Amino acid sequence: MFAPSSAGCQSEMNAKTAPEKADPTIHFQDVTYGINRSVHHRIVSDISFSVASGQTLFLLGRSGSGKTTLLKLINCLLVPTAGQVIVRGRPTTEWDPIRLRRSVGYVIQEAGLFPHFTVAQNIALVPTLEKWDAARVDSRVNELLALVGLDPAEFASRKPHELSGGQRQRVGVARALAANPPILLMDEPFGALDPVTRAELQREFSALARRLGKTIVFVTHDLREALLLASRIILLENGRIVADAVPQEFLRVDHPEVRAFTASLSPVAGAHA
Amino acid sequence: MSAWTFFLEHRAEILEATADHLSLVVIAMVLAIAIGVPLGMLIVHRPTLRNFALGLASIFQTIPSLALFGFLIPIPFIGGIGRRTAIVALVLYALLPILRNTYVGLAGIDPAVLEAAEAMGMTQSQILWRVRLPLARAVILAGIRTATIITIGVATIAAAIGAGGLGTFIFRGVAMVNDAVILAGAVPAALLAIAADLLLGLLERRLKIS
Repeated sequence: MFAPSSAGCQSEMNAKTAPEKADPTIHFQDVTYGINRSVHHRIVSDISFSVASGQTLFLLGRSGSGKTTLLKLINCLLVPTAGQVIVRGRPTTEWDPIRLRRSVGYVIQEAGLFPHFTVAQNIALVPTLEKWDAARVDSRVNELLALVGLDPAEFASRKPHELSGGQRQRVGVARALAANPPILLMDEPFGALDPVTRAELQREFSALARRLGKTIVFVTHDLREALLLASRIILLENGRIVADAVPQEFLRVDHPEVRAFTASLSPVAGAHA
Repeated sequence: MSAWTFFLEHRAEILEATADHLSLVVIAMVLAIAIGVPLGMLIVHRPTLRNFALGLASIFQTIPSLALFGFLIPIPFIGGIGRRTAIVALVLYALLPILRNTYVGLAGIDPAVLEAAEAMGMTQSQILWRVRLPLARAVILAGIRTATIITIGVATIAAAIGAGGLGTFIFRGVAMVNDAVILAGAVPAALLAIAADLLLGLLERRLKIS
């Protein structure tokens, strides 16, 4: 449950008192992450890329390609075995992981909502941890529920089990946005939804992303989703970057793994033409 | 002499024995919870310790209670005749359900919830107190409920090593071949068990998260 590898990160409680820059950028510099030092246990190898402010970067790849690992390296759930990840101008190893995580929104598949909290309490999590006063928390919760298309009067006091999958995921997005983090990480957030709800949430996400202007890193194995929502796509295969392109150019990249993903589109693509 | 007349004539004595019995149970349960819940929390991420602790607690449960009381008498410090030995035995009996349910309750939490908690920037102690324990508490309480009922029953045997309680009447009644005297111990013990079951069951339902 608690990955042993995050231990090094946890112990790094040297909170810097320097003012936090709003700089919402992420830089991977020759990052390798493995279970131990052995080459055979590497999950991602020699990863370098940068995410610019306001970009919606998609990490695309099959299961086990290392995309979720990259996401967890950003909010210090994992620390690199080699190289460094610089988030908002500072390597993750120099951040107090608690401070870093509260400034980076995180949305996961199935939402991971707290079943013993109401919708409002779930959304209010980070503001509450940050000790906002009650009135400010309340108004923020209402604002966010409206933002993700849920009526506060109807949904604020519900428990997660009283919501549909799509509604839960909306709450998950609202929770991630609660303290207005400059960076948003999304790990297959729409993966468990039915196709209709999924398309609906994708459309809304697209509008929301444009409106909020946040730096977003989005993990998926769905090329269609990436082509629809990304401003840039990085394709991973066995822990390495094999393609890095804007959506318009992605399909023209000459690499076997790109062709494999493109082929996965074709049977359905015909039906929509 | 009917059981009812015996009850009425000895009500002060029975009441006192019930109070003794209850105090044995309460002391044993407080100790068992104080040991079992933290130990259960400790073994969630330690498989070797878990197998050892659950195995040991299971072995205590398999020892017939009268034999366990007997075994403890010659042991220095914790043994001897009287309440202290009885409490040690009762704690050993109560440990398994509490330990096992604490472990099962904590291990059964959806990993996505814990991952979200960590990723949202909760500290380990915030995760423990605000997420893990609240989510596991109904299961932990179910273990405490089972342990309490076991302890109320087993505590009647504690009279055999001079710890007092309602068992005193039962042993005396058996020796005298007198049902009325046996019932004077057995009926209050059964009522205590039923009351504890209802009370803790009620609490458990209130804590449960649908």
